[in-house]
Amino acid sequence: MVEYASYPEGTQPGVNSERYFRTSQLAPSQPFVEAPVTLSEITGPLFPREGVSQDEADLTAGGKALGQLMVLAGQVRDEDARPLPGVLVEAWQANASGKYRHPVDGRDAPLDPHFVGGGRAVTDSEGRYRFVTIKPGAYPVPNSGNWWRPPHIHLSIYGYAFLSRMITQVYFPGDPLNELDSIFMSVPDDAARERLVAVTDTSVGLHEHALGYGFDIVLRGRNQTPMEDEGLQA
Amino acid sequence: MSIAPTASQTLGPFFNYALPFSADLTGGGKAEGRAIFLRGRVTDVNAAPVRDALVEIWQANAAGAYAHPLDRDEARPRDPHFNGFGRVLTDAEGGFSFTTVVPGPVPFEGNRWQAPHVSVAVFSAGLLRRMRTRAYFPGEELNADDPVLAAVPAGRRPLLVAQAEDGGFRFDIRLRGENETPFFGD
Repeated sequence: MVEYASYPEGTQPGVNSERYFRTSQLAPSQPFVEAPVTLSEITGPLFPREGVSQDEADLTAGGKALGQLMVLAGQVRDEDARPLPGVLVEAWQANASGKYRHPVDGRDAPLDPHFVGGGRAVTDSEGRYRFVTIKPGAYPVPNSGNWWRPPHIHLSIYGYAFLSRMITQVYFPGDPLNELDSIFMSVPDDAARERLVAVTDTSVGLHEHALGYGFDIVLRGRNQTPMEDEGLQA
Repeated sequence: MSIAPTASQTLGPFFNYALPFSADLTGGGKAEGRAIFLRGRVTDVNAAPVRDALVEIWQANAAGAYAHPLDRDEARPRDPHFNGFGRVLTDAEGGFSFTTVVPGPVPFEGNRWQAPHVSVAVFSAGLLRRMRTRAYFPGEELNADDPVLAAVPAGRRPLLVAQAEDGGFRFDIRLRGENETPFFGD
């Protein structure tokens, strides 16, 4: 039987956070309802590998994007440290100037015609994913008192269950903006927060071409059964 | 060996470009069952619209079957045209709309059944975590015995029941404030 325990203390941001001022507008004031975990929660959408092209993991348009070329790669596992094949990982990020190709990003910074800023990959038989991209720039948050988001890459991950679905952000080692960032600092536990920082790892980079960063992901749930062979259907 | 789950972080305001979406779960009308829209608005503490929020739904098909290996029961057949997942970004008015079918009842424990329902999750800038809830359907007898709805304080249960409209149902998601939508612990 698949098991889903509560998150370990401190490993997730609080629902309301004084650091991240916007939660006071949006995050619920009532406590979460504790309800039984049912078939509806232990199932979730599965994504066929055939539906995602290998090319979609290259955000650089074949190396034409401006900025520091890099590889982001890692392994997706469950809480028992079992690799999870067949997991959809989506990435989106700002370009090297810290600008998103998005109508809401009104800042006067250049777009890169060779950088859209989104990609996706499905984990292989060992639960591994890999993106080729450029290191994103920092950018200021409007009307925030000159708060600058540190360089980060957003990741959206679908496990095998509605309960294991999660969205996170990858930060870069040694960036002084990390400790000033309300969103990064919203994770109370020091170790849990540090796990959001990628590890410099030249072995996953491209020799004399692209820096390598490792970022492993742990999805909620224990005793997961790899589902790659069974029923991965659209 | 046990390892801790990765920490959640906010969706931020910029999720969309390049990543595909589908708000039509019926494969263009091919799915079995009663086709409906399920729509609503996501609002904040001031009842103001929340735009660019990501709303995701997951549900059983009209026979009450999930398109997932953990749900195998010949009495509840799969529908090749329905996989039960959809997502959409809210528009400038905070609005979202899915085209789907009314799900069948799904099993709970023993001989108990869950009332027809749609699992709903909301991600947004301004939220550090996902908010997870359920939409139920009005007039369903099983609502009275649903084990998850029963966990919600009685006075708040009506907030999880969608409202019938011509052609479908409305399910508004009030993240905070008056008539705040009940959310389930993650």
